[in-house]
Amino acid sequence: MESEPKKETEVAPALIAVHPDQSSVAVAVAVGPHLRVFDLAAGSAASLIDDSDAVPFHKDNIRAVRFAANGKLFVSAGDDKTVKVWSTQSWRCITTVSSEKRVTAVAISNDGTFVCFADKFGLVWVVDLDPPLLDKKPAPLLSHYCSIITSLEFSPDGRFILSADRDFKIRVTNFPNKPLNGAHQIQSFCLGHTEFVSCLAFVKSSQECPQGLLVSGSGDSTVRLWDITSGALLDTCEVAIKAGLLESNGKAEEHGHAVTDLWTVRDGLLVAVAIQSLHGIVLLNCNVSSQTLSVAKVVSVAGEAFVPTCLGSSSSTGNLWMVTGVSSLPGSNNPSLARVRVISGIDGKQESVVLEDESIPGGKKLLETLQGTASVDDNAFLAAAEAVKAAMYNLLIKKQYPSENREYRKKSRNDRKLKS
Amino acid sequence: MSETEINPTISKSTGLPRKRFYRARAHSNPLSDSHFPVPISPSQVDYSLHYPQLFPSSGQADSSKKIQFADVGCGFGGLLISLSTLFPETLMIGMELRDKVTEYVKERISSLRIANPGHYQNVSVVRTNSMKYIPNYFEKGQLSKMFFLFPDPHFKEKNHRRRVISPFLLDEYAYVLEDGGIIYTITDVEELGDWMKSCLENHPMFEALTEKELEADPVVKLLSSATEEGQKVARNGGQTFQAVFRRIVPTNQAS
Repeated sequence: MESEPKKETEVAPALIAVHPDQSSVAVAVAVGPHLRVFDLAAGSAASLIDDSDAVPFHKDNIRAVRFAANGKLFVSAGDDKTVKVWSTQSWRCITTVSSEKRVTAVAISNDGTFVCFADKFGLVWVVDLDPPLLDKKPAPLLSHYCSIITSLEFSPDGRFILSADRDFKIRVTNFPNKPLNGAHQIQSFCLGHTEFVSCLAFVKSSQECPQGLLVSGSGDSTVRLWDITSGALLDTCEVAIKAGLLESNGKAEEHGHAVTDLWTVRDGLLVAVAIQSLHGIVLLNCNVSSQTLSVAKVVSVAGEAFVPTCLGSSSSTGNLWMVTGVSSLPGSNNPSLARVRVISGIDGKQESVVLEDESIPGGKKLLETLQGTASVDDNAFLAAAEAVKAAMYNLLIKKQYPSENREYRKKSRNDRKLKS
Repeated sequence: MSETEINPTISKSTGLPRKRFYRARAHSNPLSDSHFPVPISPSQVDYSLHYPQLFPSSGQADSSKKIQFADVGCGFGGLLISLSTLFPETLMIGMELRDKVTEYVKERISSLRIANPGHYQNVSVVRTNSMKYIPNYFEKGQLSKMFFLFPDPHFKEKNHRRRVISPFLLDEYAYVLEDGGIIYTITDVEELGDWMKSCLENHPMFEALTEKELEADPVVKLLSSATEEGQKVARNGGQTFQAVFRRIVPTNQAS
């Protein structure tokens, strides 16, 4: 019985990353320790090359994957305490960075010279990719005191690095010219979430707002809009209530409607939101001039219990990629489950449609590569959704001890004297 | 007999709480999860609760006046009480992790307020983990002085990250301190004194005060004399090590 929760924490949700280029040259899916990449231009699976010839490339669950903004690099990292930097041209691993602790989030600076990653101690490390050496030593950049960092993001102008944690904090730090000496100047804290912050995304800069606005999703079932220069909360959108998942007065199930991922499309005028119990996504309109968020519509995935665990898209193809799945599904023959779906027309030029498997870019071949199998057993979805929920819960929610327990422990303390 | 007369935790002669009824462990783990309410943001800090005479109604009554001094790990509050009369116009707060000690300081302040009407209205205490929640209490550049007096030395190298002065936490202190704000540290443990000094020296946003400036600052004298810990060290004829630094704007550090 004791070992049960331990096992659940090792379940890792599936992740997806899409190459930022217009032509969407590659889509990567990570499930458990497996990294799968499909090259859309070639129409085939990309074969990854790692000179340390370890197979699989990661020895444990992958927790973060991402393409660089310029598309030249791809980074994967996770519980095996390594960060691998891949060239997207050759799909060769150009650098493997060792971390002291397990890695929870990664980010790449906009010019592609620095890779930052956060570890389980709440420390963010930075690696200089110039010159590119196979074995790189990371330098500490900043730290959240004793709180696991869930998301790292660079601001669109590259001036700031943002870190969100499982307490409720979002920290905006000046990214210095010499980051290897640490980033000491804090610009602001974005405070307002009441639960863990799970994801960050930017509404790209505009004339009115050169820094860009920040959107964040949280375990408190809200998406919030921020001005990062001052840390001011501009708007709060209670997505779970607005999408009809939650009665505004009653809490059906705690943390059941946590926002798991966010992705901004059309430079952030639309924000796609994945919620833990929603079979589909919520699209939010972001009005930059009035600085507000409002629900545009809910796009449902019919026919499957598809709860996306991760979202991604390239800049302007109008396709939003979604993945659901987990590693090492308990009580199943399948070692892992990954299911990829695509919503087209997300850019608003056409009606948004959830594409059938045949019409997905890359077709069956892509699905075979990324999912590991062309078709997924329906029963697996429900089990997967449950497992993801448990995994998220263990990862992000602090254990709550009832006050009676704590009172009891206090009573048995021998330093406690008369107090009436 | 009235309630107060039979309450043994209040001294009959002075009306102040008696320390021996508020004994607590000397050490508290700052890494453990917290079970006390924390304001979501600095604007949610209820000043009327802390300074009832200055902020009669709750909410943002007088947004112009904000807390300017923070005594982090205030212990039994000796420094705060001395500062309260030295800077009667300045709002100050003590932050303490141990609940019993916080209770004592609370009692001490309310007794002092009753005994000296009109005084000690600018001082308060809060139970919190300042290593985690400093940004929840103070805005950027809000504080002009921060005090770290006789902090837990955490000798083991494994526990160094529990030290209240550390390279990364200084980033947060620099954030809440105004430009020119001063951070005061003192300890009777030489090893910790060296550590705090080197942390501050190596941080690009702090510079040491000169001998002359230290001489001129009336607060520096209080560091070793006003606190209970400081008095204990003096009684035993121990040595103290202090480091007093000013928050500066870093030179071409950030972009």
